[in-house]
Amino acid sequence: MKLIIAIIRPEKLVDVKKELNEASINLMTVINSIGSGRQMGYPETYRGVKHEIRLLKKIELQIAVNDDYVEPTIKAITRGAKTGNIGDGKIFVVPIEECIRIRTGERGSRAIG
Amino acid sequence: MKVLKILTVFIIVMMCAGFSFAQDTELATVQTASDSLALNNVALDTLWVLFAAFLVFFMNLGFAMVEAGLQQAKNSVNISAKNFIVFAISSIAFWFIGWGLMFGDGNGFMGYKGMFMMSGPDNSPAIGNSYHGVYSALNWTGVPLYAKFFFELVFCATAATIVSGAVGGRIKFIAFIIFSFILTSIIYPIAGHWIWGGGWLAQRGFWDFAGSTVVHSIGGWAALTGAFVLGPRIGKYNPDGSANSIPGHSLPLATLGVFVLWFGWFGFNPGSTMAANAFDIGRIAVTTNLAAAAGTMTATITAWIAMGKPDLSMILNGALAGLVAVTASCAWVTPGASIIIGGIAGILVVLFVPAFDRWGIDDPVGACSVHLVNGVWGTLAVGLFAAAPYAGGNNQPPPGLFYGGGISSFANQLVGVVAVGSFVFITSWVIWVIINATMGIRVSRDEELIGLDISEHGIEGYPDFESFTLK
Repeated sequence: MKLIIAIIRPEKLVDVKKELNEASINLMTVINSIGSGRQMGYPETYRGVKHEIRLLKKIELQIAVNDDYVEPTIKAITRGAKTGNIGDGKIFVVPIEECIRIRTGERGSRAIG
Repeated sequence: MKVLKILTVFIIVMMCAGFSFAQDTELATVQTASDSLALNNVALDTLWVLFAAFLVFFMNLGFAMVEAGLQQAKNSVNISAKNFIVFAISSIAFWFIGWGLMFGDGNGFMGYKGMFMMSGPDNSPAIGNSYHGVYSALNWTGVPLYAKFFFELVFCATAATIVSGAVGGRIKFIAFIIFSFILTSIIYPIAGHWIWGGGWLAQRGFWDFAGSTVVHSIGGWAALTGAFVLGPRIGKYNPDGSANSIPGHSLPLATLGVFVLWFGWFGFNPGSTMAANAFDIGRIAVTTNLAAAAGTMTATITAWIAMGKPDLSMILNGALAGLVAVTASCAWVTPGASIIIGGIAGILVVLFVPAFDRWGIDDPVGACSVHLVNGVWGTLAVGLFAAAPYAGGNNQPPPGLFYGGGISSFANQLVGVVAVGSFVFITSWVIWVIINATMGIRVSRDEELIGLDISEHGIEGYPDFESFTLK
């Protein structure tokens, strides 16, 4: 069991969701997030005073999958989110110790899908 | 002694003066009474016209709130800025040349006397044959020149503000400013001259009381060409051509805007009498209100049936559709007929919003469906529903088709719709294309994705909130 965390461009969420659905991955958590990476910020001015916005608006996806779904998920996210420019985001894969479905009490890989 | 002499002379002079004054006073009393009665009428009419004009000015706030509410949060600063600056643009452009082109004496196509800066001679509030000046198209209303100007100015600004919503979310701020200058200084005044300035359509027998064509269709055609030349927003259409919805960010804000517009319309329509004519203004307020109510109801029902839910944005558009549609005929139809006119408008607007989507016109606020479609419908409705005693007399349109007037009035209305439509469609298209070729009208892809607030104005509408998930 792995947790796949992906940081993507907000406008790419539609494409990523489409790719994931086509790969039969329908369960996900989507979080509005702000952060900074190698893509630098942008300047904003308010009443003539300039300030640099360094934390950019991003979308964070969290998808818990069984091991055989890890590669298809990574590929689908990459297909949907890639523009080739700095700022496309990152994917992290972390192990999951346990997973419990609250409704039934099921545990482990049965509870994920 | 000397003092006494002077005093005597003074007293004699005073007595003589007093005697002649007393004689004059009787004549003068009669004269003053009729003068002050006339002046009272002028004051009353002027008060009414200016009060109505101030209500129409308030409609700019209504448009700003409707359009901001129906756009994404990331474009809310930009749409507010456009709606705000367009009134300033109209004020200057219409004063500088628009007024003269529209209401100056000239030929059937345009006015040219006293064209610039309202410089022509004018003895308003004199009316009819006693009017001497170069703005004789408005010599039927007994208010001073500047009251006439201010009233017509707020109408011009309304036409211009219609465009901003349809082109929202992707147009460059500067391109919108330039187009608005041209629309309010040239396109609107020339087409307006044909109808309200005594031009060729007026002479043919084309009737538009408060501007279903003059204001709403002109604004609607300019909005349509703008949306078409710009192309749809990113993400509006799928590769297979089907349309996505891009929901507005604040429907309560849009509701505020439509209430303000409905309120402002009580200046727009009843004020177009341009006289405090007791019987007319009350009745026009009723026909205007009934059409808005009917449009609201039918749009709600149509949306409920066609889309499964009574969509608030459609309910709001329905009220506006009814108001736009009854604008041309509000003074000449019965309250019953105004319900039919507004009711049909409410159905049309719900059917045309998805139709424009299908035709590839991305109109974020439904300006084309509200102002263009129902501007046309409302103009034609004059030829169908105008009824005696409000029609058929002097300075009234002939009765409509359903009231025994035959087809000719409807045909005249149709000619006007086609003529104004083609003129505004072609001229505004050419202007948009020229602006596009010289400076570009559309922001870059990256600017559009991050939102026009940051890319065009360097500031967000809601900097303390995070709201950017797409779907």
